[in-house]
Amino acid sequence: MSGTALEQRVRHSLRRARRWHPAELAFWLFAAASFVLFPTRFLILNEIAILALFALSLDLILGYAGIVSLGHAAFLGMGAYSAGLFAKFVTADPLAGLAFGMATSALLGLLTSPLVLRGTDLTRLMITLGVALILYEVANSLSWLTGGADGLQGITMAPIFGTFDFDIFGRTAYLYSLSVLFILFLIARRIVNSPFCLSLRGIRDNQLRAAASGVPIPWRLAAIYALSAAYAGAAGALLAQTTQFVSLDVFDFHRSADLMLVLIIGGAGYLYGGLIGAIAFKFLQDAIATFTPQYWMFWIGLFLVLFVLGGRELIHGAIKALVARFPKRRASS
Amino acid sequence: MLTILFDGIAYGMVLFVLACGLSVTMGLMNFVNLAHGAFAMLGGYVTVLLMQRLGLPFLASLPAAFLAAALAGIVLERLVYRPMYAKSHLDQVMFSIGLVFMAVAGTDWLLGSSQQIIQLPPWLQGRFYVFGVGIGYYRLFVIGICGLLAVTLQWGFAKTRFGSRLRAAVDDARVARGLGIPVNRLFALTFALGSGLAGLGGALGIELMGLDPTFPLKFMIYFLIVVTVGGTSTITGPFLAAMLLGVADVMGKYLVPQAGAFIIYTLMVILLLLRPEGLFARART
Repeated sequence: MSGTALEQRVRHSLRRARRWHPAELAFWLFAAASFVLFPTRFLILNEIAILALFALSLDLILGYAGIVSLGHAAFLGMGAYSAGLFAKFVTADPLAGLAFGMATSALLGLLTSPLVLRGTDLTRLMITLGVALILYEVANSLSWLTGGADGLQGITMAPIFGTFDFDIFGRTAYLYSLSVLFILFLIARRIVNSPFCLSLRGIRDNQLRAAASGVPIPWRLAAIYALSAAYAGAAGALLAQTTQFVSLDVFDFHRSADLMLVLIIGGAGYLYGGLIGAIAFKFLQDAIATFTPQYWMFWIGLFLVLFVLGGRELIHGAIKALVARFPKRRASS
Repeated sequence: MLTILFDGIAYGMVLFVLACGLSVTMGLMNFVNLAHGAFAMLGGYVTVLLMQRLGLPFLASLPAAFLAAALAGIVLERLVYRPMYAKSHLDQVMFSIGLVFMAVAGTDWLLGSSQQIIQLPPWLQGRFYVFGVGIGYYRLFVIGICGLLAVTLQWGFAKTRFGSRLRAAVDDARVARGLGIPVNRLFALTFALGSGLAGLGGALGIELMGLDPTFPLKFMIYFLIVVTVGGTSTITGPFLAAMLLGVADVMGKYLVPQAGAFIIYTLMVILLLLRPEGLFARART
């Protein structure tokens, strides 16, 4: 009896979490409006959308399952190279390439998931870092296939659905990336408000207790890890397709470190963290890069240090205050 | 073949000196300090600057490298590291990566991005042959110094009052405080010692590893491998791990140059898979 009552309460609370908050609607309306508002900034907007998708993917494992990763660039690079090679040798259709990039990354995630299931946070950080570095070396040494240090060149993309051609202003590219981001976000939103993700949070908060209540921990973690990998692969594929170029840079350590910073700025564990972080990060980078292009790294480091030392609460407080301004009529029903 | 082995051992020895400081901070104090390489770079640059600008001899600049890095260690420990002790590993990782980025870009800005070279004194140049094995004087010198350091450290942690106090403070800081052990000062000293050793290692390693502003990023992974693979409860663990890594890396680069750093990364992943707690570590409770 109590079991069914509990079940109903869980269902009810999940359903409530699935409802759209007005702030969320405002966020996506603003994203859609960015086409009209910033007609000259499509290139950076496209970068933001891709980075946001990448951050979303890290948030899925870090924010919801508590798996730390210093090598998420492995999946970004995997997606980028497979989408790039796919376009070069199989077909130039973007959607097929996107699907292929996601599939290979998911497969890589599934194959490497046993690596992150063991050991402490520290071992995980090391192993994920190691996997990304290994892939970097592999991509570097397979230069007949990947172009090595010169990068993968000569990628041409066919129009999306056969009609929307990629233009040099990046308008189509941005529309494409934003649509992919939105669709994948909807799926992620559905997933994190599912019983599956409840069990993940249980694992994150207390593995022993989750195991005792019958959660098959390795399977759940492997599933979310592969999903996160697929998302990162999608980001990589978008990157390859919209820039029509892939270089070893996609596997670089700074990709993973930047990503961490993005999620730290935005906050992990509520999906929008990655998106907001990506916007803040790119504008910050853009602003700093205009007056000191060469030493951007110094400032990124300073931000990291200050954030961790105590700035994080300030920013998140500001975001929470902003969200709280919107009326919460729906929550009371 | 044996020459490669010898070179690998020398390389491993330098790695050990570079990384053993990290094994102290990371292992004993349980602080993930990815910025360790920045202290090593500091030591390296102090040596380069002293030799190039002031014309100091190589041997005299080595203690200076140690002191400069140790001093930087004390100051930073006081100012920014101490508030980080209680935070999560992830925060510590982000924090120290931030420091690395600042160090890399800052050094680039101050001293340029080019590779630095030093002029070794004549008696450290060249090599001699024993039974067909080529032995470089400098590498022999490095092995001598680092071997001596390893023995001293092992003795210091196992036998001296400082060592036993430190071990007590690490095992249970509260009880150690209750017994009147100045835990904070002990940790600060240990941190300084670790940073100083990194600085010394950086100075010794210029000839073998090169020195440019990306040094902390390039070798971060090596230090981490030494510490995680070697475990952290003893000095012998990191020592053996550094030897293994040094020999494997040098051999890989000589015998299969196209594989690059692939070998050591794979080695690390495999070793960590087999022994997540490190090769020689006791399990953490």
